[in-house]
Amino acid sequence: MSTKNIEEKQYLLRFKCDTKSHLTVLDHDICMTKCPDKLCTVFCPAEVYKWEGTRMQVGYEGCHECGSCRIGCPYQNIKWEYPKGGHGIVFRLA
Amino acid sequence: MSEKFDVIVVGAGPAGTSCAYTCAKSGLNVLLIERGEYPGAKNVMGGVLYRKQMEELIPEFWKEAPLERPVIEQRFWMMDKESVVSFGYKGLEWAVEPYNNFTVLRAQFDQWFAGKAVEAGALLINETVVTECIVENGKVIGVRTDRPNGEVYADVVVLADGVNSLLSKQLGFHKEFRPDEVALTVMEVINLPKEKINDRFNLEDNQGCTIEIFGDSTKGNLGTAFLYTNKESLNIGVGTTLSSMINAKMKPYELLDYLKNHPMVKPLISGGESAEYLAHLIPEGGYRSVPKVAGNGVIVIGDAAQLVNAIHREGSNMAMHSGLLAAESIIEAKHRGDYSEASLNLYREKLYDSFIIKDLEKYKDAAHTFEKYPQYFKEYVPMMNKAMSKFFTVDGTPKRDKQKQIMKSVTSERGTLRVIQDIYRAWKAVK
Repeated sequence: MSTKNIEEKQYLLRFKCDTKSHLTVLDHDICMTKCPDKLCTVFCPAEVYKWEGTRMQVGYEGCHECGSCRIGCPYQNIKWEYPKGGHGIVFRLA
Repeated sequence: MSEKFDVIVVGAGPAGTSCAYTCAKSGLNVLLIERGEYPGAKNVMGGVLYRKQMEELIPEFWKEAPLERPVIEQRFWMMDKESVVSFGYKGLEWAVEPYNNFTVLRAQFDQWFAGKAVEAGALLINETVVTECIVENGKVIGVRTDRPNGEVYADVVVLADGVNSLLSKQLGFHKEFRPDEVALTVMEVINLPKEKINDRFNLEDNQGCTIEIFGDSTKGNLGTAFLYTNKESLNIGVGTTLSSMINAKMKPYELLDYLKNHPMVKPLISGGESAEYLAHLIPEGGYRSVPKVAGNGVIVIGDAAQLVNAIHREGSNMAMHSGLLAAESIIEAKHRGDYSEASLNLYREKLYDSFIIKDLEKYKDAAHTFEKYPQYFKEYVPMMNKAMSKFFTVDGTPKRDKQKQIMKSVTSERGTLRVIQDIYRAWKAVK
């Protein structure tokens, strides 16, 4: 029945990707040294953030533009903008 | 585009479109700017649209708007792991005109609504991000967009740029929101044949049902889940304050799957096909989080002004009404030829005199109370379930003894004094 994991959920969506990320981790060292839980990798609803040992990988292409990472990052370490006009996620239904 | 308008509205959601529509109808020159491919492309809602505030804008809109089902039954579930205590109301007065509320799919509804603003004379420009307000001598005089030479000017700029409202933050109307002032909500649209929906929810074709689910739906965290019936699909979603999501280290999509696989929920959605997955923030800070809403040449409406009553799942109606009040104030300001903060504060007065701020004021302590004292969701919901199970299980115990046992189990779990405190505190928060 229906979707099983986040990858399958993300496949349901249409994205018009920009070539440039609208999300920027300002200082990867802060993630490394100050944020043991890497909270954004947990609460981001689209699994945009993935910790790769020494730096945070940002899969902005799958972003829902909800704003949680900007508000939820305990170190205000994420610069958050809107994707260029007409780009980013395109909801078709709800 | 260095043209000058009477009004620039940023964001073509329910608030912005309502304001643009009302201004345009009264003859003002209106520019409505939307960053999505079309209005609705960036917007998410559980799905309940209330009739009253929409009707004030467009009488008998239900005859032409793309709606799903009029809601004739509202159920509330207090859910434990393998049980649920439910109550609700179903009434056929809601099945006939003028109806009470409807389920809607926002990508369709918002496009239709913005189309009405265009018919009324507003100019809609999609695929355009407003990057900042242009401020001169302490007055907002226009906006800068991400288009080449994208400055546009107006007497009034209306910020309807949604929950994140980067623009009102830039103007210093509010600080960055705290994680306990927003709720992170995820949902899925699940396709299911009409006949199955009608059978499972005991409905006729043009009748809808909504279920709000508390307790185990959020694993006891502060938040709710919902299940709404569309014509041929269901909207199922769950959200908690972002702070709860962070503290409990929950992944929102795993919480959604937990809900979808819950034994009380699963049979209702089984066999359905997921059609879309959506995440969004809901401004739930309430009364105390409402920012400054009027300045020199600028007004803030809808989610951007935190106008959501989370307890009553009202948001889009408040957005629309705030858009209407903003438009009325702008029209009067134009008559006076005065767009200063003092003049536009008429909007603030109207807003604070309306049901919107009155309702937010009524519940100003609710979110804080329930966040600070997690026992309401974590302990009382399971207790309620146990009590009902005990009371309705026929095992030869006399009913009076059962009542005593139930009372005793509640007070022994929490302590008599604490139960009284809990009840008083909850009553105070919602009275």
